[in-house]
Amino acid sequence: MITVENLTKRYGGFTAVDDISFQVRPGSVVGFLGPNGAGKSTAMRMMTGLTPPTSGRATILGQTYRELHNPGRQVGVMLDASAQHPGRTGREVLRVAAVSVGVGKARVEEVLALVGLTDEEAGRRVRNYSLGMRQRLGIAAALLGEPRVLILDEPANGLDPQGIHWMRGLLRRFADGGGTVLLSSHLLHEVQIVADDLVMIGRGRIVAMGTKDELLARGGTTVQSTDDARLAGLLDAAGVPVSRTGSGLVVDAEARVVGEIAARESVVLLELRSGGSEGLEEMFLGLTAATSREGDAA
Amino acid sequence: MTTTSHSPAPAVGGSADAPTAPTPLDGRPGVPFARTFRAELRKMVDTRAGRWMVIVMAAVAVLILAGFVIWGPAEDASFRGLLQLATLPLAMLLPIIGIMAATAEWSQRTGLVTFVLEPRRGRVVLAKALAALVLAVVVLAAAVAAAAVANLVGGNGEWDLTAAIGGGVLLALLVYVLQGVAFGLLFLNTPVAIVSVLVLPTVWSIATMAVSSLEEAGRWLNLDLVTQPLFEGEMAGQDWARLATACAVWVLLPLAVGTYRVLRREVK
Repeated sequence: MITVENLTKRYGGFTAVDDISFQVRPGSVVGFLGPNGAGKSTAMRMMTGLTPPTSGRATILGQTYRELHNPGRQVGVMLDASAQHPGRTGREVLRVAAVSVGVGKARVEEVLALVGLTDEEAGRRVRNYSLGMRQRLGIAAALLGEPRVLILDEPANGLDPQGIHWMRGLLRRFADGGGTVLLSSHLLHEVQIVADDLVMIGRGRIVAMGTKDELLARGGTTVQSTDDARLAGLLDAAGVPVSRTGSGLVVDAEARVVGEIAARESVVLLELRSGGSEGLEEMFLGLTAATSREGDAA
Repeated sequence: MTTTSHSPAPAVGGSADAPTAPTPLDGRPGVPFARTFRAELRKMVDTRAGRWMVIVMAAVAVLILAGFVIWGPAEDASFRGLLQLATLPLAMLLPIIGIMAATAEWSQRTGLVTFVLEPRRGRVVLAKALAALVLAVVVLAAAVAAAAVANLVGGNGEWDLTAAIGGGVLLALLVYVLQGVAFGLLFLNTPVAIVSVLVLPTVWSIATMAVSSLEEAGRWLNLDLVTQPLFEGEMAGQDWARLATACAVWVLLPLAVGTYRVLRREVK
């Protein structure tokens, strides 16, 4: 469980994180979504005791990070996959961490296998790792102490699509076992694959939060037909707000309403679904733009 | 500690009616110091740079010893003379190992991992300082062994090392390696710290020679000067007071300021 209460960080006149509050409950993979510079990393550094908050506080399992006994056994943290000494081998990075966390060498080999780093790769120096391999190494380090909470900053960055799906499976199993996961991303499609719930942040403020399905439904209905122009006209005539996108229409109504109109007028539908990445992406951009206007006015 | 009442923060994920809220592990904050110390000791020699520093130190010491045994004046090749030769490169290079230990967390950004595993940064700093001192002792022991071998092979066979010299050399090396850690913590930047450790004392000693009013201060505050009797095993009277003064200024002061910086600085 991660609890963030009125967390605020100001650097001089600039407010990086502005009074955010939320609680991540166990059993779920929660995506912390926001554009670059939205305050995600600063918030995560405050949760892990690396950055002192200006005000407010963050607790993990009910304690502040600095109060935790052997934090490596309770919280797996990866804040930057590239922040590794280039002169160490991947295996050595984990062995040093294992000494500190107090787990054996066998556990190091276990997590290496878990993240899919081969023996040969583990013996290579981090200098020669791709970003994707560094991400896997960072996740291995986070899992080393068999924690119950994971805090991962941009873990899918640099992974190929296959790697992102692999991560989804890994984090899903972790959450199903009663674990709590908070991971950040600035890419909507990435977070859509990996996370079940979303906390959206823009300009240091939370702009939306809830389950992915809830937020997707708010993004309207995506529809594609053999004759989009005619369908748009029909929907417009029925008083349903419609907007055209590159590949179809986004309708601000339930899928059922659209389907009924199409059936009545015999329009052949090719696709009909709630939400969709375009809808959510629009909302995401819209929400962050709205907060930026607020920020400018203040 | 938090209260057990419900947090006002809106919840996301999971289920509201989970049977029990997860609780933290019992125990004191952080990790036991012995583990932090072992991890820091390992980190000093497990990188390519760290390992090469040790190899270079050993190689230079062996080369100097070999050269002296072959070409040097035979009557001076006693155990004591050979050991003093072998420790010259150590006094130069050990501070750099201390510097690298202190700066890597910031220059390589490994602090993002180190300070997450042990949030009490003061203990990490203490572990680094102790690990650097232990490494200095190990390296000196190797130098003693090398000097003994050189003496047997090509020295004059005199075993003239006194406790005063042995202890003096050890203490001097410990001071130098700790100075490295202190400057590393102070600047948190490897090149700047290395240049400062090499250049600042030289600049200071030139200044004390050039400006007559600084001459007396130089006698008290020149680390190279005050450790000379230490290496020779001839500490007497005021020498200890001078050593303590120079150490306070060149080691303890940067150590204190540097530790404060590490404790307060945001880890990014």
